[in-house]
Amino acid sequence: MTTNSEQAGAQMTPAERVAYGALGAGLAVLGLRGGHPVQRLLLSAAGVVVAAQAITGRHPVATALKINQGADGEVRVSDAVTIGQGPEGLYARWRDLASLPALMTHLEKVEVLDEKRSRWTVKAPAGTHVSWEAEIMAEEPGRRLAWASLPGAAVENSGEVLFRPAPGNRGTELVVHLTYKPLGGAAGAVVARILGQEPGQQLRDDLMRFKREQELGYAPTARGQSSGRAGAGKGTQEGRV
Amino acid sequence: MKAVVWQGTNKIGVETVPDPSILLATDAVVRVTSTAICGSDLHLLDGYIPSMEKGDILGHEFMGEVVEVGKAVKKLKVGDRVVVPFNLACGVCDPCQRGLFSACDNSNPNHRMAEAMYGGVSGGGLFGYSHIYGGYAGGQAQYVRVPFADVGPFKIESDLRDDQVLFLTDIFPTGYQAAENCNIVPGRDVVAVFGAGPVGQFAARSAQMLGAAHVIVIDRVPERLKMAEASGAQTINYEQEDVLLALREATGGRGPDHVIDAVGLEAHGHGPGALLDTAQQKLRLTFDRITALRWAIMSCAKGGTVSMPGVYGGLVNELPMGAAFAKGLTFRMGQTHTHRYLPELLGRIESGEIDPSFVITHRAGLSEAPDLYKAFRDKKHGCIKVVLNPWA
Ligand SMILES: [Zn+2]
Ligand SMILES: [Zn+2]
Repeated sequence: MTTNSEQAGAQMTPAERVAYGALGAGLAVLGLRGGHPVQRLLLSAAGVVVAAQAITGRHPVATALKINQGADGEVRVSDAVTIGQGPEGLYARWRDLASLPALMTHLEKVEVLDEKRSRWTVKAPAGTHVSWEAEIMAEEPGRRLAWASLPGAAVENSGEVLFRPAPGNRGTELVVHLTYKPLGGAAGAVVARILGQEPGQQLRDDLMRFKREQELGYAPTARGQSSGRAGAGKGTQEGRV
Repeated sequence: MKAVVWQGTNKIGVETVPDPSILLATDAVVRVTSTAICGSDLHLLDGYIPSMEKGDILGHEFMGEVVEVGKAVKKLKVGDRVVVPFNLACGVCDPCQRGLFSACDNSNPNHRMAEAMYGGVSGGGLFGYSHIYGGYAGGQAQYVRVPFADVGPFKIESDLRDDQVLFLTDIFPTGYQAAENCNIVPGRDVVAVFGAGPVGQFAARSAQMLGAAHVIVIDRVPERLKMAEASGAQTINYEQEDVLLALREATGGRGPDHVIDAVGLEAHGHGPGALLDTAQQKLRLTFDRITALRWAIMSCAKGGTVSMPGVYGGLVNELPMGAAFAKGLTFRMGQTHTHRYLPELLGRIESGEIDPSFVITHRAGLSEAPDLYKAFRDKKHGCIKVVLNPWA
């Protein structure tokens, strides 16, 4: 159902296909070598995806990360998750803009200016920050929340969250669409880079964290448990007996 | 404490590591009294499951005594004797609510790795079974942290021995679910089981408990076939007979009504398919060797079920889909929803219908674990099932 201009990077040129084929093979080889096992796995998987897309001639990175880049340079990221809660409470959690940074981890701070307007801040390298003003474009409690940056933002961006009942009393289907359009200039480039770090994966992680916060009330973890690695585990006391 | 630790492919050791502690209010800590080595642990030994890290504590079949509970734990208390399902489930998500505990949405903190490999979704976490499955420390140790303590651990209040209830953690429910997935018509259906390892043994006995008219077990290891025969099953040694022909003969040309593949991704076997699989697996061009699965599909009767408790990890080559389609087969597979079966299967043990300890061939302390992993993998010394006492 995508139109031509939205199709993920359309077809690659023959030269691109050769380059991506080599990149894929390289990533796969790196993945098979040393390093952290998580990195190895992700590198190998990325390598296989890239190589496969070289073979089919589809643009690799865009499809791999659930990102679409339109002809106008606008980047779109979207994902969805089903949460076993009613839509009203979930909506209220998102409508509380000041607490958005807890949901969307690339945000550092959101300050509410008035009913509609707010100031959003993301962290930039070397301890600097980039901010812009945004406005609520639509608020339909329990159904839809949308926002967009106001003119003058370093990066033109917008987002919407849809809440719809999942069939069979399974709670709420939450669908997120984000778009941003780098405008050039130093600040724009920086923000584009921050937002552009695996935005598809970041959104996925954000949605799963939100689901677990809502369903469990905490984030399951294996961090801090014992292992045979140096420094593992909280308890360092010798035997319990 | 002492624990069995993965040190690399083909390298397993026993190390002194920090004791586990409560990390979340819903955790418990269990002092392990018995733990077992599982056939699926051998895939870790052999390096076929990605995302293992040096120092990971192994083991997902364990039981013991609760020694500590987090503040939010309500059903368990210190001193309770429990068996702990090998998979972790949150108990509140939609799959958990439907009894699909192994498909839990929330118990795998490393969901992104599983999503990358498995079609954008992740099943639940597992104890001691790599970082794709959550990176949870395993129970081949003196103590283990048990997350979701009100959901997984199942209290044993009768005076049954550890040996009799330990396998409720995995292989008994796994074999039972494999048989249940066949929807056996009692007194009518013939069930064939490929693989007479521990899961195959429990699958065969479960098929009998569910009323199969006849059960046939296929393997190549004499002592495993003998163990299956002891339950009244017919056996076929595929190194001595043409397995497909023997199954045709045993079923009047129909084929078994249902076939259970209790082998999974490291199947042995012969023929060009098996050789190709092994070569490609060594080159990492394919993940899984699937001789048993091919035989299962080729032998199964029209309208039958191919039930797969054996673990698959990736891609397979040369699957006879035409045969599966022509016969209208149903495929059932996946990790076991262990939690769901515990009350019923404990009841079958308490009533004397089955004594799961029949499968145990070796008992030892933790220090012997590295040798026993290898004996189990190489099917030496008659090794079928190893139980370890972490305090011996
Ligand atoms: Zn197991
Ligand atoms: Zn769950």
